[in-house]
Amino acid sequence: MDKKVIVSLKNVNKIYDGGNHVVKNLDLDVYEGEFLTLLGSSGCGKTTTLRMIAGFEEVTSGTITVEGESIAEKEPYERNVNTVFQSYALFPHMTIYDNIAYGLKMKKTDKKEIAKRVSEMLDLVQLGGFENRYPSQLSGGQKQRVAIARALINQPRVLLLDEPLGALDLKLRKQMQLELKRLQRKLNITFIYVTHDQEEALSMSDRVAIMNNGILEQVDIPEKIYEEPQTQFVATFIGETNIFEGCVNSIKGKDIDIMLETGYVTARSENTFNQNDMVVISIRPERIKYSEQPKTGFALKGIIKEQVYVGSVLKTIIVLPNGHEIKIERLAGQKIPVSGDVYVYWDIDDAKLIQSESNRIFNALNNIMFT
Amino acid sequence: MTKQKFKSNTLPSLVMIGPVVLWLAFFIVIPLLYVAVMSFCGIDEQYNIVFRFTADNYKRLFNANYVQIYAQSLTIAALTTIICIVLAYPFSFFIARTLSKKKAILYMLVIIPFWTNSLIRIYGWRTFLGTNGWLNNRLLDFGLISSPIDFLFKPSATVLGMVYSLFPYMVLPLYTAIEKLDKSLLEASADLGAKGVSTFFRIILPLTASGIFSGSIMVFIPSLGYFFVSDILGGGNSDIIGNLIERQFQSGNNWPLGAALSMVLIIITLLLVKLYQKCGGDMESLGV
Repeated sequence: MDKKVIVSLKNVNKIYDGGNHVVKNLDLDVYEGEFLTLLGSSGCGKTTTLRMIAGFEEVTSGTITVEGESIAEKEPYERNVNTVFQSYALFPHMTIYDNIAYGLKMKKTDKKEIAKRVSEMLDLVQLGGFENRYPSQLSGGQKQRVAIARALINQPRVLLLDEPLGALDLKLRKQMQLELKRLQRKLNITFIYVTHDQEEALSMSDRVAIMNNGILEQVDIPEKIYEEPQTQFVATFIGETNIFEGCVNSIKGKDIDIMLETGYVTARSENTFNQNDMVVISIRPERIKYSEQPKTGFALKGIIKEQVYVGSVLKTIIVLPNGHEIKIERLAGQKIPVSGDVYVYWDIDDAKLIQSESNRIFNALNNIMFT
Repeated sequence: MTKQKFKSNTLPSLVMIGPVVLWLAFFIVIPLLYVAVMSFCGIDEQYNIVFRFTADNYKRLFNANYVQIYAQSLTIAALTTIICIVLAYPFSFFIARTLSKKKAILYMLVIIPFWTNSLIRIYGWRTFLGTNGWLNNRLLDFGLISSPIDFLFKPSATVLGMVYSLFPYMVLPLYTAIEKLDKSLLEASADLGAKGVSTFFRIILPLTASGIFSGSIMVFIPSLGYFFVSDILGGGNSDIIGNLIERQFQSGNNWPLGAALSMVLIIITLLLVKLYQKCGGDMESLGV
């Protein structure tokens, strides 16, 4: 399946005055009609990236193209992308009608055409009858819809959304998530969505791009992000996981023998590793198995420390002799021992082998000291 | 129990409010009432105030000479206000949008001259602009003019002095309004296809209109009354309402007529403030 690239970022850097390097060598292709989320904690550069696409921030180096055309020289008002702002940024002195019509008025569209398109937009966001109200008379959720309608009326090729649901309460947020997804499918517009909420990112997106400290860590479909994290940051940032640090001992084809503090374990990976690489093994809490009886083969002995019931799941924490804690999650209702010794183990395919972050540091130091 | 509580609250609140009430009564309410009463009094041949009711003073207000001065005064005030808006708007915009460190310095540059007495500063302008003043001398030195230019004793000189005296009163409310302006609204406007000019007229100007309005009130009203400016710089050729009033109390020695003129000024002021409130103006931004 060949997908057409609509927005392309090539080696994009953003350095603010004062030397704050917020986006580092970013390469990212966004496909036509997809819902791509930039996910990361605050200050990771995701909003800056979005603002560079919109034209509110200048690119320090690198190029951004929309539909194959470089937009470096284009002012925000010349770009065929529209933005939904975190604070909504509705014009307080204009009615809802005038807010939504603003983009068309700027294009000097015929008045009748404006009236028709605005009412279409109001229907689309289910706000028919609100034309003459002012933004201050609307609830947060309604303001959000107006902001979306206002951004969509120009029929942009790409819609940029900067944490649009950040200010809404949980219930409304869930509802708006579904609605946004519905809108995106219906209109078939490319959405580039910025959020720090991983659940939101995983549930809405076609692909998720995870950013950390200005670096793009991984871009993948949500399942792959969760199941096949490519970096230690992604593994720990998305969901909960158990991390074991170790070192590659020997490699036999795809089977890689890892030396952990607690012993040797074999892991399997499609990626290439070298002997003595620092690695981490990540195993999701729901994939960890346990046995109350000693087990032949690989198993780590530990003691149950505590259990936490959080509604649908029961979390159990097991302490290994070296003090390392292991989290196990099971659906509530399953029988799990409450205390005593247990032996934990896992299937070889459930353990994800990832280059350790300390490798990056090691390599960087290596480059400085020995070259 | 509640009674006791009430009692214990009464004394301190009286102590707190009492002086303020006395102050307002003695220095504002009673003098104002005195002015109002006096405006209906007459004078005898020795220019002594005679306490008998008459509306003569108010009839005299419609004297053609006076009406001409009201018109002139309103024109000067309007011009002063417009010039202040035009000068202060970009200036306030600039201050509001610069970094906080420089902001304080720029702000101080507006305020510091006002630590000097305004009379002295207006005399300073007279010295500066006079036919033998610094400006004319420099222009002559550089050969730009062959004989000194008469800058002073014209309505334009009065307007210059008014603008100079009242400029900060325009800057402060404008600065507050522009500072409050949410930057993302400007981004949203650009994002929706508006160029700078459209954004200015459709977003920035309407949203800072309240600042322009309160600044205008704070410039327009004093510029009807700053008689020393038109005295010193206008030299009697550009009298304003303030001059009329001053003259009745000084050389004219007709206090009741001066009081009636003062009442007119007070009524104009009240009407303007009322209009301001009607248009949704915020009393707090006038410092009231």
